[in-house]
Amino acid sequence: MKDLQAVETTTAPILSIRDLSVSFLGARNSWNRVIEGLSFDVNPGETVALVGESGSGKSVTSLSVMGLLDPTTSRLEGSIRLAGHDVLNLDEAGMIRHIRGQAAAMIFQEPMTSLHPIYRVGDQIIEALTSHRAMPKAEARAQAIALLERVRIPNAARRMEDYPHAFSGGMRQRVMIAMALASRPKLLIADEPTTALDVTVQGEILDLLKDLQAEYGMAMLFITHDMGVVAEMADRTVVMLRGRWVEQGPTAEIFARPSQPYTKALLASVPVLGSMKGEAAPLRFPLVDMQTGEARPPAPLQSSPDLSAPILDVRHLVTRFDVHGGLFNRRVARVHAVENVSFSIFPGETLSLVGESGCGKSTTGRSIIRLNNRSTGSVIMSGDEVFALRPEAMRQKRREIQMIPQDPLASMNPRMTVGDALVEPFLEHRMGREAEARDKATRLIEQVGLERAMLDRYPHEFSGGQRQRVCIARALMLDPKLIIADESVSALDVSVKAQVVNLLMDIQDRFGIAFLFISHDIAVVERVSHRIAVMYMGEIVEIGPRAEIMERPRHAYTRQLIGAVTVPDPARRHLRRNQQINELKTPIRPLDFTPPVRRYEQVAPGHLVMVEN
Amino acid sequence: MTTGSDKTDLSPALAAGVSVSARRGPWKRVFQGLVASPTAMISAGLLLLIVVATLLAPVYAKHVSGTDPFRSGLSARIKIDGKPTPVMQQSTEGLGLGVTPIGPTWGAQYILGADGQGRDVAARMLYGGQNSLLIASAATLICLFFAAVIGITAGYAGGPVDSVLSNLIDMIWAFPVYLLAISLSIVMIGKSYSFGPFEISSGSLIVPILIIGLVYVPYVARPIRGRVMAINNSEFVMAARGLGIRRWKILFRHILPNVSTTLIVFAPMLMALNIVTESSLSFLSVGVQPPNASWGTILQDGQTLLYSRPWVSLAPGLAIMVTVLLLNLFGDVLRDVLDPKSARGR
Amino acid sequence: MLAAIFKRLLRMVVVMFGISVITFLIFFATPSSDPAARIAGRNAAQETIEAVRKDFGLDRPLYVQYGLMMQRLFISQDLTSFANRGQKIVPTVMAAAPATLSLVAGAAVLWMLGGVVAGITAAAFRGRWPDKILMGISMMAVAMPVFWVGEMVNLVTQNRLHDTWAFSWVPALGYTPFSEDPGLWFRSMVFPWLTLAFLYIGLYGRMLRTGIIETYQEDYIRTARAKGLTGRKVLLKHATRSAIIPIVIMFGMDFGVLVGGAAVLTEVVFGINGVGRLTYQALKVLDLPMILATVLYASFFVVVANAVVDLLCLLIDPRMRRA
Repeated sequence: MKDLQAVETTTAPILSIRDLSVSFLGARNSWNRVIEGLSFDVNPGETVALVGESGSGKSVTSLSVMGLLDPTTSRLEGSIRLAGHDVLNLDEAGMIRHIRGQAAAMIFQEPMTSLHPIYRVGDQIIEALTSHRAMPKAEARAQAIALLERVRIPNAARRMEDYPHAFSGGMRQRVMIAMALASRPKLLIADEPTTALDVTVQGEILDLLKDLQAEYGMAMLFITHDMGVVAEMADRTVVMLRGRWVEQGPTAEIFARPSQPYTKALLASVPVLGSMKGEAAPLRFPLVDMQTGEARPPAPLQSSPDLSAPILDVRHLVTRFDVHGGLFNRRVARVHAVENVSFSIFPGETLSLVGESGCGKSTTGRSIIRLNNRSTGSVIMSGDEVFALRPEAMRQKRREIQMIPQDPLASMNPRMTVGDALVEPFLEHRMGREAEARDKATRLIEQVGLERAMLDRYPHEFSGGQRQRVCIARALMLDPKLIIADESVSALDVSVKAQVVNLLMDIQDRFGIAFLFISHDIAVVERVSHRIAVMYMGEIVEIGPRAEIMERPRHAYTRQLIGAVTVPDPARRHLRRNQQINELKTPIRPLDFTPPVRRYEQVAPGHLVMVEN
Repeated sequence: MTTGSDKTDLSPALAAGVSVSARRGPWKRVFQGLVASPTAMISAGLLLLIVVATLLAPVYAKHVSGTDPFRSGLSARIKIDGKPTPVMQQSTEGLGLGVTPIGPTWGAQYILGADGQGRDVAARMLYGGQNSLLIASAATLICLFFAAVIGITAGYAGGPVDSVLSNLIDMIWAFPVYLLAISLSIVMIGKSYSFGPFEISSGSLIVPILIIGLVYVPYVARPIRGRVMAINNSEFVMAARGLGIRRWKILFRHILPNVSTTLIVFAPMLMALNIVTESSLSFLSVGVQPPNASWGTILQDGQTLLYSRPWVSLAPGLAIMVTVLLLNLFGDVLRDVLDPKSARGR
Repeated sequence: MLAAIFKRLLRMVVVMFGISVITFLIFFATPSSDPAARIAGRNAAQETIEAVRKDFGLDRPLYVQYGLMMQRLFISQDLTSFANRGQKIVPTVMAAAPATLSLVAGAAVLWMLGGVVAGITAAAFRGRWPDKILMGISMMAVAMPVFWVGEMVNLVTQNRLHDTWAFSWVPALGYTPFSEDPGLWFRSMVFPWLTLAFLYIGLYGRMLRTGIIETYQEDYIRTARAKGLTGRKVLLKHATRSAIIPIVIMFGMDFGVLVGGAAVLTEVVFGINGVGRLTYQALKVLDLPMILATVLYASFFVVVANAVVDLLCLLIDPRMRRA
């Protein structure tokens, strides 16, 4: 049963939402309800997490509190009380005077686009400081520098004069936090602040937020879809589904004893780092019935890899891109995206390529199938040297290696129906006649869990998870031997992610297809891989069987990566990682750079580590 | 081996309450978008009206005004209030020398008055409208065709082909448009050409059509080239290459359909631009040549009569303004419907 | 860095060279274009045409003629007109330049002020009547050919209402240099300025309005509002500052093209003897040296405007300064 815990406190909550309903004006002048009957409190100094998947209404809630929704296309009912003000009855002037940048401040999901690109960072912070009270210039500047230092930006005084594009994503988010703190708000609303950041950077930002909260004594409303972040950050949690709240209470309670089926399903879909200890083979996610909340244990994999001869053998792969810039677009530097990468994959096996943005994992995948023309090295696929094939032979070879991309919508022609998109490659490779193509497409679309009527629809009519299934079906049309899954599940919701991962493992089980699984999400990687390779700055720093890498990581970067992952264990609420602030480097090098020669050391059977110089 | 469909994974369209019959192909959506907009429908309707009116010019000339708009009516007489009046009258302005055509009679004959050669302005307006619209449309088609060929070739082929074409385009574009048009017109007017079986007579409309069509090719070719390059680098073209689709197929099935929208958006805009360009060129006597009429030539005729008989200048100017306005209104709606950046419920 | 600037300058010179070649070819080399026949006039006798040909050196090979003209134009600066013998080209063009410059500069001030104010106001009142009225006027401004607007203006100010108090101060059509009589210069330019500016106010107003409205969709506007900034600050300081960049770029291009002679229609209608009118007259009588000179003059400004605009981009948009 839904359980609204009565909180006995002597101080009033800083934020109190009661029966909030939000509707948006849609097509043909109809109003669509996106939030219904939402109620929860945030007490002073505590962190409440609002967790849910896409469409749950969590972001809309935060925008309603700040009054940032468009009044002509949105209708709000219910009550929101923030620091003593009745938010829904304040006009725009009132919101500006009392709420925005005063009692409450907000940071957003996309740090890359949330700062004004044409004003200096220092000026933007000063603007936040002076928006509500007058301050002499010198004092404002000093306070701005102090704020930058407090969010741990090195060289604060000098970086005040920089423009946002000179900062990385993590640094920009720190600047956003500094701007939010300018008014010493009583409530900080954080809308998915780390979702767009790399894992190690996420760890730093979460630590920073915890420290600042303690220092400023402010409450936080933390919006996220990541249960690991919830466990680490939140004192209390509100679980939302399709605009309604399904369960709320202390975080530890929710994790230990979830009472609602949806909560159980959500928790079951989250891969817990370290839960694969002792498992010999990759494991599917358990499926939770939405009605009863019962969990069915995952069926184990039937097949196992054929270790006699590798199906893909990559040796000394190098991919470099030129960087043009400056006033006249000259070549100024080179990106060493993939530097001397070697690995092999056996039939029926899953090798994961794991790393953060800029490490070269996606580029590796694309280089293997020659989607860019900047690679050298050797790629042998079932006996043929891919880089030596002539264009027509290469085209035919593509049947054997297929790719499932990260953004399924972008990778489908918006003007072709799904059916046509599936049939096209089959006919292009002359695998049969039109009728056979249609048959196979129908079979595959049903095997990936969709209905055959969907073949007549256009890509934009599907949801994210459905589109990804369509892309999987399209890849299977050519009977590939190896599938490269390039961040294929990264953009999906938690529960959908689990289902699609299970689908991929079903395919491997049934067809014996090998997978090159490219991802930054180590927890998922832990579940699906036979072997793991860790990449950093274009090079493989460590490679080996999953159990070895996860339980006995040797390279410093691997350890840092694993340490940064959030674990859905509420006991980690007050954990600090105390990591060095590392600007995530990109492998951009001057034109005359020669890469150093690397040595690898075997520390266990099949487990190789790059020797650090 | 189904893993169950995404139960929590509702299509956003369904979740938003839009009916499943919102399953529409891209072109149907465009059509429905246009039909739903009153601006688009009204402007399209009025434009159609204008076209029909100009096509009825012979009917008007024969039955309503009873004059031949191409023959000088210097000695013609018409009946006004029962009294026969000469069309060209003794001038009462200035020194009283010369003749002035009659002003608007607001009757059936010479409703807008006569021009410097005694011709019925209203009838010439309709005939001129035919030519103006014809020239503008034909020039638009020529421009779009060449711009598409050049833009797509440059964008898709890349490398040295692109370099050569881009530099050529830039060079032509650096030549101020009007000067280029005037220069070409002066050189080509008044002569006839023959290419094998084709013969273009002197004073033919083909010359202004070609010139106006060609000078704006760089204006359209550059965005087309950009769009082709963008599509070429897009994820779905990369996916198609990964699937082993051949280059030609990619061009025709994937790239062209997505470039066509950009071309279509240009069409009404170009037409409006061409109407104005044609009228400017004819005004400077380097566009349509007599005895052919166009709104621009009527404006030219009206120059000397500006102070005495302003309607000779007022009428074509208003016609141009209204037509261009309607084209721009329609074009705006078209762009909103076709442009992927416009907010669409997805 | 220096090498890059040099490369850019070289490119500009190459472009202008190309344009001069194209112009030359158009007039000298198009089939059935016989410059001698044109200069001699219609129905001239064959001997006359031959005499003309010899006289003007039109019987020499094309590249020789081209070389001679360019040499006379740039080096010895004594290129003379075909139409008016003895008239030196370069001084004539230079004498016409101030008129065009006065017209375009004055109009530019008006249209930038007008366009920016119109664009911001329309965006601020989006959907309400000030927006609809401003955009309605803008659409009409864009739809009227500029020379027609000029004619209508003349009709009112020079003829119909000339004797009323409103327009009696308007002088007759024509241009008076500023140095001669500032007052007269000003009064004779007012309506040409307004006419030329009217079109561009419509154009720029619409562009800016659309640009501002699109900018409002950006994330950083949401951040600005969340910071508690007033609506006016968000509009003026954040949204407009971004949206004005493409306007400035367009302005650079338009100004360059107009100064080079594209304002020919306005000049003709108002009797201003500027470079545009000069070009047009030269074209009509096929005064080839004058044509070459004026076309080069015009393309020079286009090429310079391009370069200036690229430079401006770097100054006003810090994102371009990367690398």
